Amino acid sequence: MTRTTSRPRRRREQDPTPSGTEDPEVLLGHYRRMLLVRRFEERAGQEYTRARIGGYCHLNLGEEATVVGLMAALEPTDYVFTSYRDHGYALARGVDPGRVMAELFGRATGVSKGWGGSMHLFDVDTRLLGGYGIVGGQIPLATGAALAVAYRQGTEVVLCHMGDGATNIGAFHESLNLASLWRLPVVYVVVNNELGMGTPVERSSAEPELHRRAAAYRMTGERVDGNDVLAVRDAARRAVERARRGEPTLLETMSGRLRGHSVVDPARYRTPAERDRLAQADPVARLRGQLLAAGVLTEQAAEALDAEVGQVVEAATEFAEHSPHPEVDTLFDHTHATPVPGETRRLPADPLFPEDQ
Amino acid sequence: MVAPAMDRTVKTASATQKLTMAKGLNMGLRAAMEADPKVLVMGEDVGKLGGVYRITDGLQKDFGEQRVLDTPLAESGIVGTAVGLAIRGFRPVCEIQFDGFVFPAFDQIVSQLAKLHFRSQGRVKMPVVIRIPFGGGIGAVEHHSESPESYFAHTAGLRVVSCSNPLDAYWMIQQAIECDDPVIFFEPKRRYHERAQEVDLSVPPQPLFSSRVLRQGSSATLVCYGPMVRTCLDAATAAAEDGIDLEVIDLRTLSPLDLDPVFASVRKTGRLIAVSEAPRESSLTAEIATRVQQECFYSLEAPVLRVTGFDTPYPPSKLEDDFLPDLDRVLHAVDRSLAW
Ligand SMILES: Cc1ncc(C[n+]2csc(CCOP(=O)(O)OP(=O)(O)O)c2C)c(N)n1
Ligand SMILES: [Mg+2]
Repeated sequence: MTRTTSRPRRRREQDPTPSGTEDPEVLLGHYRRMLLVRRFEERAGQEYTRARIGGYCHLNLGEEATVVGLMAALEPTDYVFTSYRDHGYALARGVDPGRVMAELFGRATGVSKGWGGSMHLFDVDTRLLGGYGIVGGQIPLATGAALAVAYRQGTEVVLCHMGDGATNIGAFHESLNLASLWRLPVVYVVVNNELGMGTPVERSSAEPELHRRAAAYRMTGERVDGNDVLAVRDAARRAVERARRGEPTLLETMSGRLRGHSVVDPARYRTPAERDRLAQADPVARLRGQLLAAGVLTEQAAEALDAEVGQVVEAATEFAEHSPHPEVDTLFDHTHATPVPGETRRLPADPLFPEDQ
Repeated sequence: MVAPAMDRTVKTASATQKLTMAKGLNMGLRAAMEADPKVLVMGEDVGKLGGVYRITDGLQKDFGEQRVLDTPLAESGIVGTAVGLAIRGFRPVCEIQFDGFVFPAFDQIVSQLAKLHFRSQGRVKMPVVIRIPFGGGIGAVEHHSESPESYFAHTAGLRVVSCSNPLDAYWMIQQAIECDDPVIFFEPKRRYHERAQEVDLSVPPQPLFSSRVLRQGSSATLVCYGPMVRTCLDAATAAAEDGIDLEVIDLRTLSPLDLDPVFASVRKTGRLIAVSEAPRESSLTAEIATRVQQECFYSLEAPVLRVTGFDTPYPPSKLEDDFLPDLDRVLHAVDRSLAW
């Protein structure tokens, strides 16, 4: 059962056809979604700089192939947990871009009614069971959701996304052990961008080939080029198939983070050479080049797609901008599921009550 | 024998300086590391990057990678390792990036750090400092704006302090490092980079575990700590325009509490408003109110009032102004106290 494969880190040279047998419509669909993530994230970055998005904002720029490839491997009935770097996953899962942008803007029409923000997207309809701001926080929860599936003998799978840094926290190891021991239908995906906040993987993980950590739990581990949407999708499919048989996987995807850790990080720790390398590996540009070369996409069609996706993002932003902020007193609505006797819900401007001491 | 922080007063012409709180902490850490080779700094991105708030800026460059350790993302591991180091005589200073990230380490803090001195019946000391940037007001969210001090103050064996100004930051961090008990050191992150203040480093610091009257007054007393000190001082300035004369006390130490100056103040003013960003239920402000009504029952002209955060999770940035106690809410409570 233990199989730990090590793929080369370097991506393959641009092959003209991503896959000879792939349906052009499917390829275009992947490309369109990657483009959507790219444009959405670029816009989110801009809106953050313009102070229309608050809090912290971590983008999936550079991870589009990974995000789209992973989500393409899932059925609508499968479940997804992610880290705080979650916008792309929501989009690729099919959540309306307007509701995602509205959440970033902190508006009542957002997926979490404006109370979650960028790091805490949550959408029950698409079974996106949350982005999580505590590094590693989602890993045991995803494991529990997989246990729930197993308990009911369901056929769904849970995909749990995390960053490379998250594999150093105890919850990661506790969860993988449980999942393997109990044969849970879960796929753990480590998106390895080779950096925590500013600390490189080699300086934080004793086994920097993170997929190999699976061996400690007799779990399948696999590494894949995260800039190759089909490679990611196919690896994820294999993992999902195993998961449906009760065999969890640790899948590691390798891709670069095109910008800083969050929008406010200028990423000064990057050398110009590194920046160049990242730009070279840009997964969106790469797929576009491949599709053009293969004749799946024409320049004209590519431009039309650009315009269309641009409009979707524009509309999402306008929707967000024109949506109302949550009413302040809804702050008190959901701290508890059941009423708390004598709970004070008074806000500063409200009339005074003697019990407010 | 390492010279105590008290003896590190600056005797040269550079004794007066302009300091921000961030700079004060950085200089304090540096002074402690220079004075005692057993002092180590550890945490996520504290070395090369100098910490997310740049509080440890330059320390790795000057003291080396052995004394300033970039750790993996593993709070429990960081604090647990610090406990082990302390057992063997080191004085580790751990940085937790934000308030909400201390909880993976909570087990090590409560189960080991707080109890080892007792458990070993004094045979091992726990001179560990855990620095935590805390509180809101920076346009952040959940996990990045919280005020978890009561959890720690509730745990016997720990000491909990919070600085409110650059000079205190400079001295208190050194005194905390020098303390043979574990100190949870809360830094009001929104005050890190506020306007630099002129400070005089030639004046010896007051003891770490003592509070301080910052402003004398006769109408009512405001007791506060950390980020709310600035807010309360501003409130006192505003109230003075209306002829209301507020006394302001900076607690500085949250565990053990040093309430004698508060009792003395309440005996004078008859009114107390306790101000804190933390949620209200079972909080430090509740402890203060209880002790004040016990000690000053016959002096009180009004019940002890509280201005606090709400008993909800911390809201997203666009709504934090509605959550955080501000000048208006403090003055509102003053009015209510005076009208009682
Ligand atoms: C428990 C905890 N500790 C620290 C942090 C602060 N922090 C946020 S993201 C991050 C780096 C995470 O890196 P990685 O897991 O590789 O994810 P990436 O951001 O690269 O996607 C750190 C240290 C946190 N959110 N939670
Ligand atoms: Mg990373």
